[in-house]
Amino acid sequence: MLIRGAVAVAAAALVLFLAVPLAALYAHLAPARLVAVLGSPAALAALRISLVTTAASLVLTLAFGTPLAYALARGAFPGRGLVDALVDLPIVVPPAVAGLALLFVFGTRGVFAPLLGALHVRLAFTTAAVVMAQLFVGVPFYVRAARAGFGAVDRVLEDAAATLGMGPLRTFVRVTVPLAFPALAGGAVLAWARALGEFGATIMFAGNLQGVTQTLPLAVYLGLESGDLDLASALAVVLVTVALAIVVAARMLERRAA
Amino acid sequence: MIAVRARKALREFALDVDVTFGDGVTVLAGPSGAGKSTLLRIVAGLAVPDDGRVALGARLLEDEGVRVPAFRREIGYVFQEYALFPHLDVLGNVAFGLAARGVARARRERVAAEWLERLGLAGHARARPTALSGGERQRVALARALAWTPRALLLDEPFAALDVATRARVREHVAATLAGLAIPVVLVTHDPEDVAAFGAPVVRLDRGRVTP
Repeated sequence: MLIRGAVAVAAAALVLFLAVPLAALYAHLAPARLVAVLGSPAALAALRISLVTTAASLVLTLAFGTPLAYALARGAFPGRGLVDALVDLPIVVPPAVAGLALLFVFGTRGVFAPLLGALHVRLAFTTAAVVMAQLFVGVPFYVRAARAGFGAVDRVLEDAAATLGMGPLRTFVRVTVPLAFPALAGGAVLAWARALGEFGATIMFAGNLQGVTQTLPLAVYLGLESGDLDLASALAVVLVTVALAIVVAARMLERRAA
Repeated sequence: MIAVRARKALREFALDVDVTFGDGVTVLAGPSGAGKSTLLRIVAGLAVPDDGRVALGARLLEDEGVRVPAFRREIGYVFQEYALFPHLDVLGNVAFGLAARGVARARRERVAAEWLERLGLAGHARARPTALSGGERQRVALARALAWTPRALLLDEPFAALDVATRARVREHVAATLAGLAIPVVLVTHDPEDVAAFGAPVVRLDRGRVTP
């Protein structure tokens, strides 16, 4: 009885600890004020940058993550274990460190600086840098999920498609991807959400320039720094609402997969 | 006619055969693990022999420097556990080989529906394969392998996944369907009852070799 009570208290305390701060964000602004703040140029610019960059990083995540995930699930190639571990690494590396690492390679004094200079391409502190930072921290979530999804597709079904006259690429599109779809979609949603919330790597590698590299999380930070708490909390409400929608969507996908 | 000469190292012995299968049904019999499935997979292009030559009629499928991929061999295959596509309905499964050949939807669905009719599955066109009984799945797998008129048909233990009560009935049904085919049909089984029931030429395989 005593243990039961203790468990209930600990559980309730933790739930409140998680829920109350998030709810407090919603309580900070009256709805009319929230709408007005979200209509301000700074808020709209951040929304636009976040939408554009996360869409771009999602496309790159799918385009490059899908072949890698398939190779990891199906292929036997030298160094596969190493690649597998490497893909997981950005999940645990601190984002600021990731940003610094990107700067070392793609920055104005980075490894690729002579090449980028010759091509008159500047990456650091541009919108492209935001996309690269998001890709770096987000793509592992997709590759992990997709690798598991592809791994769960029975290979005999791909064999069956082959005996029925379907080539490898069409088999991939018409058999493998539909069967792995819940896992692929779940991974894509997670990767996109991680990209949307990206802060540390972005501020190191892309900076915080309104209308160029200032995404929603960066605008929240700047709002707080500059004393514009209304801007910070309005954008925070947007981010928490999106997060809420993602959690619900992920649950539904999981249920569909099961 | 399928002419196959193949060598492939297996876990405990090597598959080493030189055999031809004429038009009509041939039963490929032998104990479990004799290399029957491996031989079938080599013919279908799903497994690669260490050394060998496979020809279907005048068409060379596998030889020194020649390897026609499975999807270009035009050899139908019925898998042991049927390997039906769980994301497609029964009609979509049966029409799959026609879809692979670019046959328009209306026509391929008509042909698939005819096959379902012929095999007594007309009422199941829109069902998912998982909703069918073992015997019904078996027939869907057979219809799927034949609907696009392959040049040969391979069946890997087609009755092994069925319970004993269903087996005899399905065997009769399959025998009747296969009897009308003018292509080479190789049916793999370890069950002596299958061998007796088909009354077809028998090739016996034991530890990787053809035995008299």
